[in-house]
Amino acid sequence: MTKATPILELKNVTSAYGRIKAISEVSLKVYPGEVVSIIGANGAGKSTTLMSICGVLKPVSGEVWYDGARIDGLAADLLPSRGLCQVPEGRRIFPRLTVEENLDMGAFFRTDKDGMEHDKNRVFQMFPILLERRKQHGGTLSGGEQQMLAMGRALMSRPKLLLLDEPSLGLAPLIVQQIFRIIQEINEVDGVTVVLVEQNANLALKSSSRGYVLETGNVVMEDDAQALLANPAIRAAYLGE
Amino acid sequence: MTIRASKLWLGYGLAMVWFYFLLWPLMGIKPEGLEFQTSLAVWGKVAAASAVLLALYQLKQGGAFRFLEKPAQAGAEALAAVTGRVPTWLALCVVAGAAVAFPFLTERYAHDVAISVLVYIILGLGLNVVVGLAGLLDLGYIAFFGVGAYTYALMSVHFGLSFWLCLPISGCFAAIAGCIIGYPTLRMRGDYLAIVTLGFGEIVRIVINNWMSLTNGPNGILGIKAPGAYWFNKGSFEHIWLNNLEQLYFVILGLAVFTIVAVYRLNYSRIGRAFEAVREDQTAAELMGVNTLRLKLLAYALGAVFGGLAGTFFAARMKFVSPESFTFIESAMVLAMVVLGGMGSIPGVILGSLALIALPEVFRGFELYRMFVFGGVMAVMMLFRPRGLWPAKRMGVRSEEKD
Ligand SMILES: Nc1ncnc2c1ncn2[C@@H]1O[C@H](COP(=O)(O)OP(=O)(O)OP(=O)(O)O)[C@@H](O)[C@H]1O
Ligand SMILES: [Mg+2]
Repeated sequence: MTKATPILELKNVTSAYGRIKAISEVSLKVYPGEVVSIIGANGAGKSTTLMSICGVLKPVSGEVWYDGARIDGLAADLLPSRGLCQVPEGRRIFPRLTVEENLDMGAFFRTDKDGMEHDKNRVFQMFPILLERRKQHGGTLSGGEQQMLAMGRALMSRPKLLLLDEPSLGLAPLIVQQIFRIIQEINEVDGVTVVLVEQNANLALKSSSRGYVLETGNVVMEDDAQALLANPAIRAAYLGE
Repeated sequence: MTIRASKLWLGYGLAMVWFYFLLWPLMGIKPEGLEFQTSLAVWGKVAAASAVLLALYQLKQGGAFRFLEKPAQAGAEALAAVTGRVPTWLALCVVAGAAVAFPFLTERYAHDVAISVLVYIILGLGLNVVVGLAGLLDLGYIAFFGVGAYTYALMSVHFGLSFWLCLPISGCFAAIAGCIIGYPTLRMRGDYLAIVTLGFGEIVRIVINNWMSLTNGPNGILGIKAPGAYWFNKGSFEHIWLNNLEQLYFVILGLAVFTIVAVYRLNYSRIGRAFEAVREDQTAAELMGVNTLRLKLLAYALGAVFGGLAGTFFAARMKFVSPESFTFIESAMVLAMVVLGGMGSIPGVILGSLALIALPEVFRGFELYRMFVFGGVMAVMMLFRPRGLWPAKRMGVRSEEKD
């Protein structure tokens, strides 16, 4: 892997909700083609980090660089068209839109009809259940199906960098495996760079090249995934040993 | 589900006691002193009627009407089979034919009611864009109706501009008013939004009421021109004023059809879908690249345009406008139509307007109790059809129709 210029870089990013600091001085780098995990306990600030990247939350200080441009301070809605897309925590699909309309929303900014149609078929190929349920309201899908829909919706924007917030949350082991296979596929086949936030540290690290460990809003460790998996401190804290 | 008889009648008893405590202060407290007779008489009638209904209900639960079920079901099935086979275009033709034939078959009074219904249909559909599609509860919607009406009134009286020219102008003015009112509320949600829009609605009315030099205040503006038209007569076109109710009926019918088509197209467009996405989950919509603030502003503006169009017609039809026509109760009425008919559903809103404007006219026979009956009917409808008379099929149909 050529570690040329990072596709995403956070430089000392601090974000807060009102006066309460949620992350402080977080720095991280993601290189094109990588899968990078961010692991950490509940409330460590993982989701806050992703929201700060996406512009939903404006960092109090620090810089966010994406694809050669500084993006902190940009409105959130400008980023999907630049290839930066997030699958937020808890899926957040549109419950009273149909499955197909949810997918269409993912391609909201796009105007290339043929390309959209092609990508939709691609999503249906990845998740055949969505094709079966395409007329059904998003809200009536099962948790696993909703996760698939959320990922499909994000893929409809043809992302270059995909941020996934706890894709395995509340899913049965079999579905989790399927989701992770798809993550691998879009990374390897489509060349999408992935940032993966997970509670399931074991699984996340096994499918990534590098990892960051977040603790109460600070990056406390950063290493190759293999090294993190082998680290006794990590094993004790996050792998339940 | 059956309710046990004892529980049923206990509930009935409690409800009747409660009802009497509600009724007596309204009817029994008079300047001459307290009085029980009239309220007791009314109460007795209501109690008897409810007792009969309850008894019927009990009989039904007991299976006394089972012999009716088979024919009723067969009838319903036959009806469904027939309506299922009628293509949509044919149904539309029938409705259109009825709408065109209506003024030739009916009296002046019916024309008057029909015009009101059509005005409210436009208002309901406009508000539906804001409330039903974008999910922004707007309690001051009637302000845009007022802006439209006053725009045309002033343009007609001072500059002699024609109705047809003023339609788009009023639409623009209302849209601008929509943006001005919408802008400060963009970051609000739910309850706050409702209260602030209510306040803005009142502000518009109060400004109209007090700006004597421009609007002539509570006295209103007189002498507004009716819509003009050219009519082929004796080999040449001559200019006429569309003064009588039949002609006005066709004008508003045209406007209503325009509104329905426009709202329908909006509903099924990319923007319409984005409105719904914002309603469902604003943050998620933002993550999909939707500029939510701009979109909400657009919803306000689009909704306001229809309010403005309806207002223009209203001014032209009445030939007089005054601030009294734009009170909060009107906003509430339009909102009630949208909710009653089914939020987000176009046929629902149309039905809702029909129900809320035409039904009270039907109940005119009840005189004093008109509003009371009206309230009762509303409550019953909400119990049995909580999602509206004709609920939106939640756009499930939408992607189907595309195929
Ligand atoms: N909207 C909010 N308002 C105020 N505080 C918030 C808000 N969202 C998160 N926080 C706080 O910020 C901190 C970090 O939260 P965050 O959601 O980023 O954690 P997380 O690492 O994603 O946790 P989890 O694994 O449970 O999802 C927590 O202390 C949380 O209470
Ligand atoms: Mg989180």
